[in-house]
Parts: sequence; structure tokens; C-alpha cells
Amino acid sequence: MNHLARTALVLAGAGAGAAALHGAATARRRARENGRRWLVVTIDRAPTDVMPHGGPPHPLDEFGDALEITVRPAPGDRGTELAARLREPAPPASASPPSRLAGKDPRQEVRRALREAKSLLEAGEVMLPDAPPTGRGDTAGGRAVGLASKRAGGEGVL
Amino acid sequence: MRALCWEGVNKLSVEQVPEPEIRNDQDVLVRLLLSTTCGSDLHIIGGYIPAMRPGDVIGHEFVGEVVETGSGVRRHRVGDRVVVCSFIGCGRCWYCRNDMWSLCDNTNTNPGIGQALFGYETAGIFGYSHAMGGIRGSHAEYVRVPFADYGAFPVPEGVDDLSALFASDAVPTGWMGADLGGVRPGDVVAVWGCGAVGQMAARASVIKGAERVICIDRHTERLAMAETYTGAETIDYTSTDVAAELRTRTGGRGPDVCIEAVGMEAHSNGPGYLYDQAKHQLRLQTDRPTAVRQAIHACRKGGTVFVLGVFAGAVDKFPLGMVVNKGLTLRGAQMHGQRYIPMLLERIAAGEISTAHLATHTMSLDRAAKGYDMFKHKRDGCVRAVFHP
Repeated sequence: MNHLARTALVLAGAGAGAAALHGAATARRRARENGRRWLVVTIDRAPTDVMPHGGPPHPLDEFGDALEITVRPAPGDRGTELAARLREPAPPASASPPSRLAGKDPRQEVRRALREAKSLLEAGEVMLPDAPPTGRGDTAGGRAVGLASKRAGGEGVL
Repeated sequence: MRALCWEGVNKLSVEQVPEPEIRNDQDVLVRLLLSTTCGSDLHIIGGYIPAMRPGDVIGHEFVGEVVETGSGVRRHRVGDRVVVCSFIGCGRCWYCRNDMWSLCDNTNTNPGIGQALFGYETAGIFGYSHAMGGIRGSHAEYVRVPFADYGAFPVPEGVDDLSALFASDAVPTGWMGADLGGVRPGDVVAVWGCGAVGQMAARASVIKGAERVICIDRHTERLAMAETYTGAETIDYTSTDVAAELRTRTGGRGPDVCIEAVGMEAHSNGPGYLYDQAKHQLRLQTDRPTAVRQAIHACRKGGTVFVLGVFAGAVDKFPLGMVVNKGLTLRGAQMHGQRYIPMLLERIAAGEISTAHLATHTMSLDRAAKGYDMFKHKRDGCVRAVFHP
């Protein structure tokens, strides 16, 4: 191998290493940011309906002091933006796919509570899935869809 | 009770399943009178729409009788004969209040799946995968109807079950294509697909005052139906150059509004079809947009293309340059049925819209798997198979 080729290999290796380090740092930074990110729903009701006694609506009230809550009027007469986040940020590892599949990301419960609060305030009830279910988990696909459905109420883009 | 269950890709069977229960105060239970196949069901049966589990009950277009009401139901009583919108709307979120019912915020019980697929979830729909709520379908003896005050509509006296049935989905879907496509008096409208939805889009365009409506398909019996029941002209794409024929019939301008009522498993007779089919089967694209491409190509400068057909994901060779450079308006939507169904039932009662002819094959629920096979392969001129429990 001549000198030029050796130099190219070293540079390529260094470049790949730097890219990997940068990628890992970016992922850690995003995980930290997401841990502090407000989770928000827009509720088609006035702020006074959303926080009637100055406290959060049900079921967010069940979190007590564990949550920070803010409300503000939504633009365009679209109701109220209700935001919540954990006062103690979840550890970045809780946002990993295995942790989320296992239902161990505490933000899943916050998302679910925000959605339920919105539905209660707007529609008067939280629509439940059919029972008893008829879908089965006796295939790999069926099990995967079953697990996804189990977590779907606490997942998504909130 | 008996119900038609999805048991795997291209596997359907009628099984015994537990009867549904009232789960929320605003639910009603409906005893099915009639339930029909829909072309969009073929996408879930064929495995193109993800998130199905073996045992899921399918079907979303139906008419029935209320047999039980939840304590919060105000507009229905036991014994009411109702047609039920295929999409479920809560009636009080911003989307429902603004008549975009298929986008309801509160009826998809699996929002995380829908958001992973589409960015934001759709409303829930009966019998159409766990991505759209995992709600039991209507090919059964009974079905639970959530938020029934907003999604179930009394069938007017004098309208028989078969005529009312298609007001559940096909008629409002077709009407929406013409309405949101902006069809105006004097327009020339082209409709791709002469299934039930395409025929209803054509009829809606005629009622809205379009001067010419031109339907495109390859099945002679469907083309004949479109001419007989909607007042449209037709083009058989297997024997005619569609783009050239549309130019000829529109004085060289192209149609003002193009409505695509075909969906993700489109057929055509050109080399593009082989390309799309190969990519689709290899899962290199999730949908075959053949008819959408044709519609965009054929549409006049500054015209509107409305996509009524069901698409699930990503398509290849999408002619975005035509959309931009011709200044087209491109729209699509799932069906905002609650916005239209009461008005459409009145039009059906008045004889302005014919629907019963769409039910080419009526059979017992026990034969539903066979009915879907006929429907999928369009055997014996099948446009819709209708099941009675």
C-alpha cells in the first residue's frame, strides 16, 4: 500500500470516527431535550373550562406535584393549549425503544392523561376499545399489533 | 354471534365471536340489517394496510336497528332504523365542529399507531385495522356504535334498507369528492373508477351542475351502470387513449375537476402498470398511484385533482412537477360522512340519487368470504356484495 492510500485510509477512519462521535452526541442531546420538552394538546374549550379552579383537569390532577402544567389560548379561536411535563425529567434511557415498548417511559402516562383530559373536556367521555376483543395474538404479526395497541395511547407525537 | 373475521393475508372466515357490549355512555348497540363490501376492504384483506390481528371483524358500511342505548344517548331509541357513518366522530372537537369528521381527535383508540404512520392520527373507523382504532367491524350480527348521537342517522320512511345502506359510506364519499373538489355549474368533470364511490362522485357532479361528467373504467358493466344511473359519459381505457379522448371531449383544455376513485391497487394497460405492480409486490412502494398520475396529467391548467381512493403510504414517480407547473389544486380526504348523510338520505328518498343497483349480489353473512372473492375478482359483474345476518 503506498503512502497516499494509507493516508486516505487514516483520514477515512478518522472521519467515520468523528461522525460516529458526533451522531452519539447529537442523540444524547436530543434525548435530554426531549426529556424536558413540553407535551401539548389543544382542547377546543376556553382556558377557564380547561382549568376551572386553577388546577389541572382530570386525570392530570392525579399526578399532583410531579407535573408542571401551563395553559394558554390557542391562536385562531381554536381553544386552549394545555401543556404538561414531568418536574423531574425522565432519564434519557427511558426514551429508548425497548423501554418504551415495555411501557417504562414515564412520559407515556403523561401523554395518555393529556389525551384523556382533552377527550373528557370536549366529548364528555374517553372512548374505550371494544370488549371483549376478537383479535388474537397467535401469530407474530398479531402479537406485534397487540403490543403496539397496548402502548398506542401513551405514544405518538405529543 | 357470527362475524366475518380477517384471519391473515387473503384469509377470511365466518367465526363465532363474543357479542359486543356498551362500553361508553354515548354508545348504542345495533343489530345489523345489511352490511356491504367496500373496495377499501381489499387493501386490508390483501395485507396492504398494516396493523390487523387474526380474528379482527371487518366491514364498515351498514344499516341496522338500535337494540340498546347507553345512558348518555339522546337522539336514538331502541327500535330506530339507522344508517351509520363508517367514520366515528365525537361531534365536539375542533375537527368535528368544522365538518372534518374523519379527522376527529377523540375516536381513534390507538393514536400512537396512526401518528407513527401519518404524523397525526385519523378518526376511528369500523373494522379497518388497529391503526384506525381497532374498532369492531359491521360484518356481524351486532355492532357497537360509539358517539351514536353524531354518527347514526334515522332512515327516512319510504327508503328501503338496501337504498339506505350506501349512505353509510359510498354516497357521502362520492359526494365529498365533488364538493371538496369544487365542482361548479358548467364544469367538465372526469372520474377515474366506476365502482360505487366513482358512480356516486359522478352523480354528485351532475347534481352540482357539471355540464359534462366523464367516467373511466375497464369493466363494461360498470361503465353501463355509470351511464344509466348517473347521467355521465364513459371511456373504456382498455380500448381508448384516455388522455387524448379527454382532450378531444374538452376542446383541448382538459377536465376542470378530476376525481380519482380507484385507490392503491389501481390497474391500467400501459407499461407503467407493470412497473408499479413490480414495485408494489416487492414492497418498494406501498401503493400503486396509476390513476392519480393519469388524473394529474389530464387535468386542465389551474384545475383540481381530488383523491378519493384509499392510499396507505408512499408512492413512486409522483408527478409533482405537473402539479406545480400546471398550477393544480391537489386534495384528498377520508370521508366526512356526518357532514353529508342527512342531506343525502333526503336526496335518496326523493329519487335524485339511485343506490340499490350497486348491490349486485346479496347473500347471507355465512357466505361473506365467498362474496369478497366475487367482489375482489369482479366475477359475475359484482359491484358490491351485500350481507344480511
